[in-house]
This record gives sequence, C-alpha cells and structure tokens, in this order.
Amino acid sequence: MTNKKRIATCWLDGCSGCHMSFLDMDELLLELGDRLELVYSPLVDRKEFPDGVDLALLEGAVSTRDDAAKARLVRSRSRLVAAVGDCAVTGNVPGMRNRLDNGELLELVYGRPGDDQPGPPTVDVPPLLPQCLPLHREIEVDVFLPGCPPPASGFVRLLEAVLEGRDLTELPTLKFG
Amino acid sequence: MSGGRVITLTIDDRDCGAREEQTILEVARENGIFIPTLCHLGGLHPVGACRICIVDVEGIARPQPACVTRPVEGMRVATDSPGLRRQRRLILELMLAEGNHVCSVCVVNGHCELQELALQLGVDHLELPALYPRREVDASHPRFSLDRNRCVLCTRCVRVCSEIEGAHTWDVMGRGLASTVISDLNQPWGEAESCTTCGKCVQVCPTGALFDKGKAPGEMRKRHSFLPLLTAMREEE
Repeated sequence: MTNKKRIATCWLDGCSGCHMSFLDMDELLLELGDRLELVYSPLVDRKEFPDGVDLALLEGAVSTRDDAAKARLVRSRSRLVAAVGDCAVTGNVPGMRNRLDNGELLELVYGRPGDDQPGPPTVDVPPLLPQCLPLHREIEVDVFLPGCPPPASGFVRLLEAVLEGRDLTELPTLKFG
Repeated sequence: MSGGRVITLTIDDRDCGAREEQTILEVARENGIFIPTLCHLGGLHPVGACRICIVDVEGIARPQPACVTRPVEGMRVATDSPGLRRQRRLILELMLAEGNHVCSVCVVNGHCELQELALQLGVDHLELPALYPRREVDASHPRFSLDRNRCVLCTRCVRVCSEIEGAHTWDVMGRGLASTVISDLNQPWGEAESCTTCGKCVQVCPTGALFDKGKAPGEMRKRHSFLPLLTAMREEE
C-alpha cells in the first residue's frame, strides 16, 4: 500500500535516553512521517518484531540472553541495523560491570538472601551474561551512532541517508559521551 | 642551536625548509600541514609514546613518529594515506581497548583530547574486543585524583612534573599491559612527599585520568596554555 521505509527501534540494556533523543527530532518527526513508518518500537503498540524492516535502531548493550535473542531476531528481520548510543556501541555504563565479579556485584546491590535482604531477583528478569557486550559482538552492525545520547541531528542524518539510499559509511561521527 | 644549518625536504610533495634540530612534526606545523598527535605537548620534550603522529618516510619500510624524527636533506615525507589512517586508527583502538574509557561518566566528557582524536580519526567503534582491566583509582591526594582506567600512558604528567616543576613525583612502573603511572616510590599520591600540589600534571593530562576533586562528568576543562609561556620565559633567562 505504501513505499514508505519501514523503521523499527528496540531497547536492550540502556536507559531509554537514546529513544528520548530520537523524540527530540520534534517537528521533523512529522515531516519524516510522510516518508517512513515506525513499525516496531517501545514508542508504538506492537508486540511482535515484524519481518521486512528496512532499518532497525538498537539502543543499549547486550547484557542478558534475552538481549542477545532480541538482537538476533532484529538482525534476521532487518536489512540494516544501527547500533545507537554509547551502550550499544561500547557497552558504556552497563559495561562498567565487566571488570567486576557478577556474583559480588549482585550481592552488593541486592544484599545476601537470608540477611533480611531479598537477594538478587530470580524471577521475571533474565540472568546477566558473564560480560555485558557491545552490540557488534553479538550481531553484525551496519552503522554506529555513538553518543550518550546521540544528538537528535545524528538520527536525522542517519534516517535521511537511509531514505535516500546513501552510503552509510560516509556519515560523520558527531560525538561520544 | 647547531649553527642553524638549513635542510630541504618535502612533506606531502611540498618543499619545506628546516633546521636540523627540528622535528618533522614542527616543520609540518610551520608549513600548515596537520599531523594528528596525542602525547605531544608544546613545551615538553617529545617522547614518541603514543605513535599517533606516524608518517611515511621514503626509503624506510616502517612508519616513523613525526614528533621525534629529525629532518634529513632530501627526505620525502608523506603525512596522510589510507595506510597511515588505518594504522593510526588501530593504534587508537588498542589504547581504547586497553583501558576503561567510559565517556558518559568522565569528568572531561566533551573536552577530552582522546575523545576528540577518536572523532578526528573516525573511530566510531572498536573492532578489537575490549579488555575491561581492573585498574586502581588513587583519591588519596586532598585536591586531585588519579583514575588509571582513563590513562593512556602518554607520560605528559611525568614530563611536566620532571621538566617544568622539577619535582619528578610521577613515573611509569611495569611493562606492557601492567604499565602504570605511579607517584614517588609507588606510594599513594597523598603520601608522595615530592608532590608540590602545583596541579600542572592535572592540566596537561589529555584525558580524565588526572582531575580536580569535586568535578562532575563534563565539568573539568584542562588548561595548558601556561606551558609554552613558561618554557619560553625560561629560555630567555
């Protein structure tokens, strides 16, 4: 029915700040809305990641098996995958646990079970992987958009490049941190 | 000065005049040719610690660090090529992978020479797996802190403390991945008797490894404009 580009966003181990920055495109979102369709995102109400996505923007690092499975699913159903934000690109703050022992860390945060403390959660949240990894250690990534968060202008440039079918390797990096 | 003998060389196919005591980096800069640097800082002796300033010299198989290579009559230097760019990026990646450079929680975020270099060289992610080493933070000094996670061993702090302040509180201990900056005889900085608390090391540090206490992420700006002035004034004396 349409030749709009199909865009998806997904949120792994991050703080949602990159999605906030995506929304910071403000009125440009309306203009882009004529040319692209947001087919899956925490910002829209769709439960299953669809097939045939042109560009998937992934925020956050890979910290659990659940994150890894999501990342692989997104990769298998998307033509282009962008690692969005420092967490997806480098591991950033979630990756700071990599030099610590997971067990010690969880005890430090949640207490030791039994000592009047709940202890680390065992239901509803997936267990941590031994290391928190940048996205490209789990799946192939086509373009990197670092920044904590990446500026809204970075999203604009990326989306416009995809809409116009330009070479993504030519996109300049705007900032880290 | 060695009699001011003039040497002619070409840098990027441009004829340049140089004095023999100069370095290729100095001659390039005089001629408006940009070579990226990290450990180099005007006013301190160059040491070639980081190798970011490598250039190709015709007839020499391996790239040479411009900051410590002297010009020779008839030398042909190339400062930019796809190969050099790739090598510089790899050197920077090795530095980044070897430490814990988390910009978003760093005091110099947005004013960091290492961050700026990554943008300049187009390092937008690491091809190499990061090591996430366990490195110590020394917050024993009343005014300053050292976060070794952010140190790239450029030795600017070592050089400014020794050459300008004359205290030589800082030095480097260990080899390879175990190399680390130490104060006095590997004592906590706060107990290092030779430290005069002048803060020059903090100001010349290109990253957030040395910083003023009480600064939040992004709040610390380094100022090292004093350095060439100090050196110039001492040369006049």
